Amino acid sequence: MTTGLRTGFAALAAFALAGCATTGTGEEAETADAPAEVPFASTYSAYPGTPTAIVGATILDGAGNQIDGGTVLFADGEVVAVGDASLAIPAGYTRIDGTGKYVTPGIIDIHSHLGVYPSPGVSAQSDGNEATSPITADVWAEHSVWPQDPGFSRALANGGITSLQILPGSANLMGGRSVTLKNVPSRTVQGMKFPGAPYGFKMACGENPKRVYGSRGRQPSTRMGNFATNRAKWAAAREWAEGKREKRNLEMETLAGVLDGEILVHNHCYRADEMALVLDMAKEAGYRVSAFHHAVEAYKISDLLRENDVCSAIWADWWGFKMESLDGIPENAALLYNQGACVVIHSDDANGIQRLNQEAAKALTDGRRMGIEISDAEGIRWITYNAARSMGIEAMTGSLETGKMADVVLWNGNPFSVYSRPERVWIDGALLFDAADPAMRPVSDFELGLPGEGDVK
Amino acid sequence: MKHLLSAAATLGLALSAGSLAAQDFTVTNATVATGDGSEPVEGGIVVVTGGRVTYAGPAGGAAPAGTVVDAGGGWVTPGIFASLTDLGLYDVSGVSNSNDLSARSSPFSAALDFSTSINPASTQVAVSRAGGVTRATAIGTAGSSIFAGQGAIIDLGDDPEPVVRPRAFQMIELGERGGALAGGSRPAAHALLRNALREARQYGEASGISGSRRRPASIDTGDDVPIDPRLVDSEAERDDVLLSRFDAAALVPVVSGQQQLYIRAERAADIRSVLALKSEFPALDLVLVGVSEGWLVAREIAAAGVPVIADPLDDLPSSFEQLAATQDNVGRMVDAGVTVAVGSYSDMEQPRFAPQYAGNLVSLARVPGRTGLTWGEALASITSIPAQIAGVGGRYGVLAPGAVADVVIWDGDPLELSSRPTRVFIDGIDQPLTNHQTRLRDRYRDLDESDLPKAYDR
Repeated sequence: MTTGLRTGFAALAAFALAGCATTGTGEEAETADAPAEVPFASTYSAYPGTPTAIVGATILDGAGNQIDGGTVLFADGEVVAVGDASLAIPAGYTRIDGTGKYVTPGIIDIHSHLGVYPSPGVSAQSDGNEATSPITADVWAEHSVWPQDPGFSRALANGGITSLQILPGSANLMGGRSVTLKNVPSRTVQGMKFPGAPYGFKMACGENPKRVYGSRGRQPSTRMGNFATNRAKWAAAREWAEGKREKRNLEMETLAGVLDGEILVHNHCYRADEMALVLDMAKEAGYRVSAFHHAVEAYKISDLLRENDVCSAIWADWWGFKMESLDGIPENAALLYNQGACVVIHSDDANGIQRLNQEAAKALTDGRRMGIEISDAEGIRWITYNAARSMGIEAMTGSLETGKMADVVLWNGNPFSVYSRPERVWIDGALLFDAADPAMRPVSDFELGLPGEGDVK
Repeated sequence: MKHLLSAAATLGLALSAGSLAAQDFTVTNATVATGDGSEPVEGGIVVVTGGRVTYAGPAGGAAPAGTVVDAGGGWVTPGIFASLTDLGLYDVSGVSNSNDLSARSSPFSAALDFSTSINPASTQVAVSRAGGVTRATAIGTAGSSIFAGQGAIIDLGDDPEPVVRPRAFQMIELGERGGALAGGSRPAAHALLRNALREARQYGEASGISGSRRRPASIDTGDDVPIDPRLVDSEAERDDVLLSRFDAAALVPVVSGQQQLYIRAERAADIRSVLALKSEFPALDLVLVGVSEGWLVAREIAAAGVPVIADPLDDLPSSFEQLAATQDNVGRMVDAGVTVAVGSYSDMEQPRFAPQYAGNLVSLARVPGRTGLTWGEALASITSIPAQIAGVGGRYGVLAPGAVADVVIWDGDPLELSSRPTRVFIDGIDQPLTNHQTRLRDRYRDLDESDLPKAYDR
């Protein structure tokens, strides 16, 4: 079964990646015009698991539901069923008593630089910004990811992170392609690539690009320079995309992928007025923004963001560190939620990714204190389903629903309490972290033989 | 709508007018956590008279005094004492014009006195105050030398006098950063440090600065560095010339042990080198900062009696001097007998996150095989212990008779993510909790611009 499962997943992965991956099942995906080979294809396949039943826990399913004393069943890498105490447990399932504990989908970080800015943070490994031109649409973050970054294991053990998007940095207006990973230790980045995940495209507004290039005496040195450079490139991309697309052009292939709607735009953008301008630029160029990242002023235009169906990926309470972050408020998430706009809590940080649940908890609290009712079941979506949705993988993960990947976290208490920790984490049904078992704690090659190796961290 | 707004504005004025003076008051109907390491007491009261705590404990243990402040079943604690912050030293850290943290091009280093530049009107101060932070040590970062300069103890009160004690300590960077600042290596940093301390000792004696061997401290209030040695003008000749006269004078109270010396070191070997300084300069009053690998040398730190200010959540080998970083560091050091405060907050690590950090240490203690803190120890690590390390123990950071009335009322367990301060008193004075963020929140509570733009909504 083990081998068969892994092979099966690999086949499904290739199928989904080649097609549109709209359903994640692969069965309905169009493959007619797909290229025969996908470059740097995912080689990830699920690790072996045992059919598991978690019973008696409070379930926050990521789809907006809370089930007290519920049951989660998973087997063969997939969620089999989620229900209340009356759900029958088939024969052969390992039973885990979840009384007093919580179950959530695996936590997803939509904004991480693990691997491209790994630990140790030395210049030899600083591979997150190709800061040599304001537009580097041709670069792919996966070519920078160091799979031995010890940060991956910390995100798993302390944060219950099962999937994450690795983005290029924000030095450039168009920083390149992101890559979505399963948070499994691997010798190669291909072994971590999320099967069937669409690519993302990193863009950046505001201070960073104009500072980086303005200081070199070249365009852009202003916000209007930012837009001029972007618009010229989109016009060229449109022309290329409408042409024959015969000659290989890495930059244009990525931009055309965005215009085709197959590559999702993740736009670093703080200020409300600037986000509104980007939405107009996207209309002009003919693409969609999937999410604004670091959108500290999103609450000022939550209506506009809702109408344009754009998610805001935000910190709970970082603010004030630079001019465009000055108007950040801790009620940002709650105000967006209150307007019906999509909220994602992100980390952008190798430490913050270990506590996304705590960041979401703070954002929930600040909202509730201003009178906005948000249930825990809704709040958990900010770090599960909504992240998956912005990354185009919501059909496969992000909630505990029958047929989805068995990416599951068992917490030893309410995940929104500071006193709770992940107790066990499964990825595609395989147990990859167990707080009670030191042997179930991955140690990267980098840490072998060094002080603190294998410590609880 | 308009009526509501003006009513709120009037109320705001009334509150801030009323906040100008300390009043006697008794917090009732509360869970009392005194910050001294003990576990919280349900059904407690805190009595404040004359700006000081006169009682904190079970109701019935003392007679109430002054105004009754009903905590509504919430919690009451001492205010957070935040160790090593950048509060009041910038408005927006990324805007260099507004930022007084570092001066890479300055000819001075040890002489830099951060108390001269604390801005109590900074939004950072107001937001931290609303988060329950009432006292802090504040200092910038080393820029032109391993010496960062002299940090201050401040309060976060809504008044024009933030400085509680100027020049409370000198701060030094060792380890990787110290090595870089000193010219490129750790040995260079140690040579610079030893030379500087010797120059300071020689200059202190030659100039007759108070505190030197030739002229012992003449003034000692127990509260302050006796005088600012930089202000002592002297004809004394100097043998060495690496330090400017001003920097040398600033280090005189360090070498004589009158002023605390904070040294940042992360690696176990670097920590041992710091502890070894005491054999050459026995008077040094050392505090270790950072200390990611402290657990590897915890018994040595404890034996030396050197307290520690540690980042509790470091668990990544983010540099080669932090390979052994783990979240169990604080718990293990405390178990070994080290005095440990949670601390070092700058930029996006905000002082108001202190309770969250402390809460994480409690969560670790609840996982089999891991080492954290008890709840009482965790609260102490952000209140009484940082105050004690700063030399003001018993006066700040604790709810005990005689302590300054820095009192915070919370709507729940203060270490829990779902709790926030509802009232903050500093020196017994009720503090405003509004700031730039709360004003934005209230303006954008709705997006209604049908009558006028948002700019008229205030």
